[in-house]
Parts: sequence; C-alpha cells; structure tokens
Amino acid sequence: METDASFAAGALESTSAESTTAGSREGIEVRGLYKIFGPKGRDFVDAVRNGMSKQELQEEHGHVLGLKDINLSMAAGSIQVVMGLSGSGKSTLIRHINRLIDPTVGEVLVGGDDVCKMGKKALRNFRRHHTAMVFQKFALLPHRTVIDNVVYGLELQGVDEAKQQSEARRWIDRVGLSGFEDNYPNQLSGGMQQRVGLARALTNDAPLLLMDEAFSALDPLIRMDMQSVLLDLQQELHKTIVFITHDLDEALRLGDRIAILRDGEVIQEGTGQDIVLNPADEYIQNFVKEVNRGRVILAESVMQPGHNTAASEQVEQTASLETCARVMSVAGTNVANVTNDQGDVIGHVQMDATIAAMVEQDTRHTSAP
Amino acid sequence: MSWLDEFPAMDKSSLRELKKGIDGGFRAWTREHGDTIEAIFEPLKQMLIWSEKLLLNTPWPIILGAIVAIAWFGSRSWKITLTTFLTLVFIGYFDMWEDTMRTISMMFVCTFVSIVLGIPIGIAMSKSNKLQAVITPILDIMQTMPGFVYLIPVVMLLGIGKVPGLLAVVVYAIPPIIRLTNLGIRLVDKEVLEAADAFGSSGWQRLKNVQIPLAMPTIMAGINQTIMMALALVVIASMIGVQGLGQPVLQAINNQYFTLGAFNGLAIVGIAIIFDRVSQAYGKRLQAHSEVVHGN
Repeated sequence: METDASFAAGALESTSAESTTAGSREGIEVRGLYKIFGPKGRDFVDAVRNGMSKQELQEEHGHVLGLKDINLSMAAGSIQVVMGLSGSGKSTLIRHINRLIDPTVGEVLVGGDDVCKMGKKALRNFRRHHTAMVFQKFALLPHRTVIDNVVYGLELQGVDEAKQQSEARRWIDRVGLSGFEDNYPNQLSGGMQQRVGLARALTNDAPLLLMDEAFSALDPLIRMDMQSVLLDLQQELHKTIVFITHDLDEALRLGDRIAILRDGEVIQEGTGQDIVLNPADEYIQNFVKEVNRGRVILAESVMQPGHNTAASEQVEQTASLETCARVMSVAGTNVANVTNDQGDVIGHVQMDATIAAMVEQDTRHTSAP
Repeated sequence: MSWLDEFPAMDKSSLRELKKGIDGGFRAWTREHGDTIEAIFEPLKQMLIWSEKLLLNTPWPIILGAIVAIAWFGSRSWKITLTTFLTLVFIGYFDMWEDTMRTISMMFVCTFVSIVLGIPIGIAMSKSNKLQAVITPILDIMQTMPGFVYLIPVVMLLGIGKVPGLLAVVVYAIPPIIRLTNLGIRLVDKEVLEAADAFGSSGWQRLKNVQIPLAMPTIMAGINQTIMMALALVVIASMIGVQGLGQPVLQAINNQYFTLGAFNGLAIVGIAIIFDRVSQAYGKRLQAHSEVVHGN
C-alpha cells in the first residue's frame, strides 16, 4: 500500500524549511515552434506554414510533422498541462523545453534565455540547475538504491556529499518513502518508483519541473494519490510545472491552464473551465462529454449578480459547483452568496441553476469576468 | 569446351609467383621491422613472464587457496567452490599442476589484454554506426578464420614463443567482448539515458553512471565468452611453442598416447568449467537489481 499518511505528516512538518527556489521563478515562452522529423526538416517549414498537411508531408516527402507553430506562454509558478492523445506531439513538445529534442525552427524562452540557442555547456548547466524531469516509465537507475537515485541531480551539480544526502533524505521523506532509502527500484511498486522519480526531480531544486505522462503508468487510485501529492507540494513550492497527460480528468484536476494538442497543433488553450464550457471544436467536445462538470465549473460561472439577503450560506467564487450544491443541500437552502478572495460578496448562486449547469451538456453562459 | 569441365583458374606459374611475391614482401617487411615490432611487444612479454613466474613460484597451497577464494567471492556458491577445489586437487594429483599454471597464466594475460582493448573498441563502436559497419566484418573474419591461419604471419613476424602465442589468442578471443560491449550499450533503456541527459550529464558521466553499469551483465557475458575462447586457443597455440596443457596434448597426438591426451584434455575441461561457472555466476549477481520486477 502507498504510504499517504506519512506523506501528509511530512508535509505539515516541513512547510517552514521550504522553497529556496521561490526567488528564481521562471516562466516559459514558446514561440513559433516547428518540429519536422526527417533529414531535411528545415526545407519543409515554409510548405507546412503555407498549409501542407501532415499526411502530404509524410506520404510525398517522407517527413513527419511533429509540432506545428506552437505558441504557448506558461506563467511562472503555475501548472501548465499539455493534453493530447498519443501521436499528438505532446511528448515532443515537453522535450523541447529542456532540448532533449532540437526544434526545426522556433524559440523556447525560459526566464528570458532562448534554450534553443544555448551552447553545449550552457545547455548542460541549464539542465542541471533550472530543470528537472519526471518520466512516464520512471527511468530510474536500476543499479542504484533509492537514495542514490535521488541524489543524482545534485551529484551532477557537484554539491558536496553531506548536502546531497540530507537533501535527498528530506525529499524522500516528503514523498512518503522514508525507510526505503536503501531499497533498489525493482523492489518497489510502480507508485513507489514514481515517488522516487518525483523525489529525484524535487531534490534537484530547479524552478522548472517537467512531467512527461508522469502518472499514466500507475493504477487509477495510486494516480489520484500522486496527483494529490503533487498538488500539495505545489501549494508551497510554486514551481513552474509542465505536465503532459492524455487524461482529461487529470488535466482538469492539475492544470491551472490546459493546452490541447492534436496532430502537432494547439487546438485550444485556456483554463479547465474554459475548455469544458466552450470546447473549441467537436474533437474537444467529445473529450469533454465524459467530464464531471460539477468538479470543473466554478461558482462564478453560474453566479447571478447581487447580494441575496435571504441567503445564510457563503461559497467562494472559485468553489466548484459540487461544493456549492453540497453547502446548500447541507444547510437545507436553495441559495448561497458568492464571495471573492477578500471575502466580499460579489453575487449569489441558486440551487436549480447549479444543478442545471452540472448536468447540462450544451454550454450555459452566465459567465462572470 | 574444356573451360566447362574445369574452372578457368589462373595459370599455375603466375599463381605461384603471386603467392611468392606476397610472402616475399611480407618476409622482407618483417626482417626490416622485426626488431621494432619485438620492442613494441616487449612489455607484453615481460607481463607474460611475470605472471607465469608468479603462478609457478608461489607455493601450490597458496595458489589453490587463492583460486578457491576467487571462486567463492565470484559465485557465492558452495557447489561451484567445492567443484573448483576438487578439480584443482585432481589436476595436482595427476602431476599436471605446472602445465595448468602455465595455461592459466597465459589465459589470464590474454583475457586481460582482450578486455583492455575490447571494451574501449566496443564503446566506440556503440557510439557510431559507421564504425560498427567497418568493425563488424573484421570481427567476422577474426572469428571464422581457422585458428591455425593466424599463427603463420605471427610466427613469421615474431618467431615462436609466448608473445606470438598471445597475439594469436587475443585475435581469436577478442571479438565476443567487443561485440557484447557494443550490444550491451546499444540496448540500454532509452528513457534512462534521456533521464541522464535531462539532469545534465556530460558524455563521460552518461557513460560512467548509466551506460556501462546497465550494460555490465552483457559485458560480463562477453568476458565469459572471451575466457572460453582464449582457453580453446591456448591449446592450439602450443603448436607455436606456448607452454602449458596444450603441449602434452600435442605430444600425445604425435605419439598416440591416449591416456596422456585424455588427462590433459580433462584438465583443460576442468579449468574451463571453473572459469565459466564463476564468471557466469558473477555476471548473474551483477544483474540482480537490473531486472524489472514491479511496474512497467
């Protein structure tokens, strides 16, 4: 079983000893990024820009279109989810951020520096100090123990050994793996191995965390568990996280913003609520159909203006509809006031409108700013 | 229609001239450079002499104890250790101790040279497809050419003795270690390599921390093969004056002494089994944590 209880305890204890990275937050700016796989990718950029399709490029020229004109701005300290099915180019995209893959054309700016223009040494330093990555199949070193895996990043940074050990132990503890330091990866379950992967990335103490389908190989329950671990950590770490997934529920749960990729193109970018309420096309609509709307749509979307004096209950504007419905139903009322983050009342929600928004498929616009 | 009955071969006198020409050329070259080449191989010769003296001059109980200890620490298996002990006792009791020591010494140095040369070549080969395309056919030739054929140019170059024996053995025994080092490194999980890169490993750190350790079980299989092939050719190399268990075998063939041949043959089998089992068991122990048990 996963040791979630010990993790939670660790989280409470060490909140104070936190965040050496907070001062060096970095956003990511991706501009006009194209990736065409093949020996002469560059020659086809203009053709693709002028509308050559993925099929045509592949069948007539033997090149594969990986990414097409990606423009994304990822805010520092937020979780940006990139979602898409297999072959959509999402793993290719995340590998451009630390340049495990070189772009055909385009820029990837991290804290103002273009990763694509870095020399070999600068790139190595950038990877050592500014990024850490978590992989779908964990990618742990099988011949090293848990702790020796976790120190890997610091070892490459040349940090002295005592510091390596203490940092690694702290993060192993934070992800709930205390007591497993001297085990080998193959003695652990999948979920525990990915905790090692997460601890390895966090120990690196980098402002950027790249997660490539990090939880996709895990069982649903353990996946939920790991999502909670990540969200709890993010509450205090405020790293810039790029999270790749093919699972919309996961995207909605984790993402401050979500970009949806298909055939190498971003077809919609926005908050989870934007995507659920206003799917850009039929493709996304099909995804969104199965989503639990009650958890995604927020009170502010179904709120009506004005303070309702009859209401005894209050909900925050960022509360989900599910929460609103629960609050009202527990209190046995049909109306609740909505407050902003300062606690001021900015409107009210009705029970019937809340439930209607939760069950309705077509979009319902009462959107507040 | 005579060309149909018989393959239209080169005429006999030109063929003879061709062979003579090549041999003459090579001989002239060896006469001219023989001394230089011998000087180059002098350190190897010293190493061979030193290792043989070490094994022969050390009292037999110490050697016996050392080999049994290596067997234990390599394999951690009582069965293998006991087999090793009994085999060595059998060899000593039937008066083959000295020849066995010479053979082990030769095999040891040959294996060492093969590893020192073979692993870097294998690593280089794993990094470049072009180099692999060049080296693979050379390795094929080295492995399929009958062992005796190597002996000829080596003897022409260096005469008979230990060093030519060593060269012939190394040429024969080095292909597996090169091939399996190359293969092992190429088979390292791409995602683990990606992780090493993502955390900012340099080329050397990647090799040292990831590629070699993960390829180690495969490399060990190569070392095991190399030991076995070295042992096989050490016997053939007795034809060019390499001392050891091969010489009594050669003598037995010439004089039809069946028992002499059988005893020495069995001694070779015995040490082959010892080194095979011990190096395999060691390789398996290295692999203990590399197998994926959970996840994936």
